[in-house]
Amino acid sequence: MIRVFFLLLALSGPAFGVSDPGEMLADPAQEMRARALGQQLRCLVCQNNSVEESEAGFARDLRRVIRERVKAGDDDSQVMAWMTARYGEFVRLNPAFSFHTLLLWGSPVLALLAGGGAALLSRRRRVAAPAPLSDAERVAVGKLTEP
Amino acid sequence: MSVLGRRLMFLGPLGLLGIGGVGAFTLLKRMAEGDFDPRGVPSVLIDKPVPAFTLSAQPGQEGFGAGDLGAPGRPVLVNFFASWCLPCVAEAAQLLALQQRGVALWGIAYKDRDADTARFLKQHGNPFARIGQDMDGKAALEFGVYGVPETYLVDKTGVVRWRWVGALTDALVARALDPLLKQYS
Repeated sequence: MIRVFFLLLALSGPAFGVSDPGEMLADPAQEMRARALGQQLRCLVCQNNSVEESEAGFARDLRRVIRERVKAGDDDSQVMAWMTARYGEFVRLNPAFSFHTLLLWGSPVLALLAGGGAALLSRRRRVAAPAPLSDAERVAVGKLTEP
Repeated sequence: MSVLGRRLMFLGPLGLLGIGGVGAFTLLKRMAEGDFDPRGVPSVLIDKPVPAFTLSAQPGQEGFGAGDLGAPGRPVLVNFFASWCLPCVAEAAQLLALQQRGVALWGIAYKDRDADTARFLKQHGNPFARIGQDMDGKAALEFGVYGVPETYLVDKTGVVRWRWVGALTDALVARALDPLLKQYS
């Protein structure tokens, strides 16, 4: 019984926005490709959902286009090119590395350099250790910390 | 620490805070006036010719297609709207004001039924010289529309110069649209 449950669980997969079976392609291989593409595209209405996860009308339109393109024989990069030609690089949840995404992809390196630089500077500027306590001060501290 | 150093320690951060404050205030003010949208996505169509698209005409109105926008001879504002869209109601008066100033406005009814569009135009006024219907939203996809209302400025040679997502406000028209209309007329 428990095995059947896990088998069903494994088969069910994550929840997709495609709740209407009429949207799906007849060919399972093409449908899988269309889903993979949809998961890489941002729904611009909800911005942090993928096109595949969203129930927005806009996401539904893009899902339809993806399936039309896939059915027409476009490869993955052609479908992505169709999308970026109309909606820009922002539509890709995983933007390509190019000149205008240089800052985006370079920011971890920049952050590391800035942090490292700051750490080095602060090390160099470290103030000399304070002078040791005088005898009078030691006595005063001893009195204060007496149990 | 020297006196200068101390002053710097105090005035430096204070100055940065001041600059940040003025910046944040400006952004919030412009958001309130509707001429800045932090979630806005720049259009890839800017400085490119209008895309290929076809529309059916709204019954009783002159329609249009990509061919008519290819070289309209004067700047045209293309406005995607729908009767079911609330910000479209909000900007209706603004569009009428633009039309009265002699700006050419062409409307695209986005995923809207004939009768609903007609009722909307009757109720809120019709600022459009031509109206096409985009029932399935395919023309909108070609333009990169992701929510109505959206407005595109097409210059007289058929090149897209400006796009705004959301209702047109007084501040936006004054700051962004008027200079462009002057530049491209």
